[in-house]
Amino acid sequence: MNLAYRDIRHKLGRFLLTCVGLGLLLGVVLAMIGIYRGLVVDALTIARAPAVDLWVVEANTRGPFAEASRIPGDLREAVARIAGVTAAGSITYQTVEAEHQGGKLRLYVIGYEPTRPGGPPEIAEGRDIARSHYEMAADRSSGLTLGERIRLGRRTFTVVGLTRNQVNSGGDPAVYIPLADAQKLQFELAPPAARVQLARGTGSASLNTVNAVVARLHPNASPDATAATIRRWKHLAAITQDEQELILSRSLVDRARRQIGLFTSLLLVVSAVIIALIIYTMTMEKLKQIATLKLIGAPDRTIIGMIVQQAMALGLIGFAIGATLIIGIKDYFPRRVVLEPDNVAVLGVIVFVVCLLSSGLGVRAALRVDPATALGG
Amino acid sequence: MAAPGSDPPLVRLDGISKHFGEGATRVDALRDVSLEVFPRQVVALLGPSGSGKTTLLNIIGCILDPSAGAMELDGELVLHEGQWQRRDLRRLRLEKIGFIFQFHNLLPFLDATDNVAIVLQLAGADRGTARRRAGDLLDDLEIGHRKHAMPAKLSGGEAQRVAIARALANSPRIILADEPTAALDSKRAGIVMDLLRNLAVERDAAIIAVTHDEKIFDRFDRIFHLRDGQLADT
Repeated sequence: MNLAYRDIRHKLGRFLLTCVGLGLLLGVVLAMIGIYRGLVVDALTIARAPAVDLWVVEANTRGPFAEASRIPGDLREAVARIAGVTAAGSITYQTVEAEHQGGKLRLYVIGYEPTRPGGPPEIAEGRDIARSHYEMAADRSSGLTLGERIRLGRRTFTVVGLTRNQVNSGGDPAVYIPLADAQKLQFELAPPAARVQLARGTGSASLNTVNAVVARLHPNASPDATAATIRRWKHLAAITQDEQELILSRSLVDRARRQIGLFTSLLLVVSAVIIALIIYTMTMEKLKQIATLKLIGAPDRTIIGMIVQQAMALGLIGFAIGATLIIGIKDYFPRRVVLEPDNVAVLGVIVFVVCLLSSGLGVRAALRVDPATALGG
Repeated sequence: MAAPGSDPPLVRLDGISKHFGEGATRVDALRDVSLEVFPRQVVALLGPSGSGKTTLLNIIGCILDPSAGAMELDGELVLHEGQWQRRDLRRLRLEKIGFIFQFHNLLPFLDATDNVAIVLQLAGADRGTARRRAGDLLDDLEIGHRKHAMPAKLSGGEAQRVAIARALANSPRIILADEPTAALDSKRAGIVMDLLRNLAVERDAAIIAVTHDEKIFDRFDRIFHLRDGQLADT
């Protein structure tokens, strides 16, 4: 007969309650792992969206995400003519707070040239921008709906398309608008400010400024070689896609990533201690029964089996509860929670190992029990 | 009552000693204890607290190493000059000795039948056979109607009968009982002692009980008095 199963069945409610408690704890660990992964994925999403090989930015900067970068918009034509470049597009990035449904809505505005690289990777609903002005493709997480109109700066835009999972490293939803509108939004001065500038005799600055020019290369072209070619122009810097992703993951979100990573590690340690304590306590409560079993002739393997099987059942059920819970609610988190099967599997293995090691404590205590303690009151 | 001499003793102790600690902290729990218990005998170990009766019971039960002496159980020399002659004392207990506890010590997560069957399964019986034999034993002890009850649902007397059935499961010829009637009223204590006596006769077994229960003294064939670790009188 399986003593572990019979003991669990005898105190099923209490055991399941313990499993639920452990499941909640493991759910938090999984959520933290998901948030950690989500942070990295979010940081890379916008950089991966245009599907380009090269980023041309202002000299001596690591723009446009890690540092500010401003370059002339007409540079796109020069970049497009470089050997190996198949397509190039100008692009702007800025964060805007807009009025929406009586509150503030933070948006990450991306200006791009329709038909050129820099636009949304896919439109989940509606259509891409077709007109040259005042149309917008917004991410679903912004809460904007098709046909909705929203004011950015001094102009009103109509949402014609919706994207999915397009947010910046801060979690702000991205909206795509035509480049010309984005340039006005970012660089055009308000009329009073423009008048002051005119009065000072400085004139109005050129609006044809962008934050970066992105380029797609021919499959046979080397990104590093092309970047080296562009760097010969002293007023520009060129960053390959791999370098850009490295900047984003190592530099931009590094502190947040490390913070969450450390917290996740701490949670794992706390979970391990709690699992060990639960299993140890479960064993200590059964010492008299274990002594009786020993006295009536139960071999050590029977007692070890009972403790290890209960520890495994506790870990397995707790882990299943935690994983089910987080997979069920992860889409309701304000920021993306990314749980890949390998993340879940790794935590599963960790829980398995922790349960095995923790049951070692219980087994040690059980094997030390003197059968004589079963005798007497 | 058994007739000493007609059968070889089931339990024979020869010069059993046990001390704890050394030097100034040395405590002699047992000193040169020799006794014999024969088949069909029900004997009591009696003495004040600290007299060594539980220590003696533990040594007979092969759960405590003596310091010196020899012991034969059911004709087998299991202890010689303070050294166990068998490596697997667990197996020895399983084959030769049944235990009855003061508070029955039934496993709370097994029903009455499985509490008895587990001993048979530990000895190698399959589950079906073990449960069948356990059911028969419970019927023999007139507790068959409670065979599916969990220990928490059994009265003290019922639980002690199940515990006795468990002690008898592997048909051991030596049964050690630690205050078997301490948790029972005098009526039930008498019933349990009668039951043990009948079992000793029917199964050709010896029962050794540690007890303080004066109301059952008349149910024993012999009473061994222990005082300061020594057998005072019989």
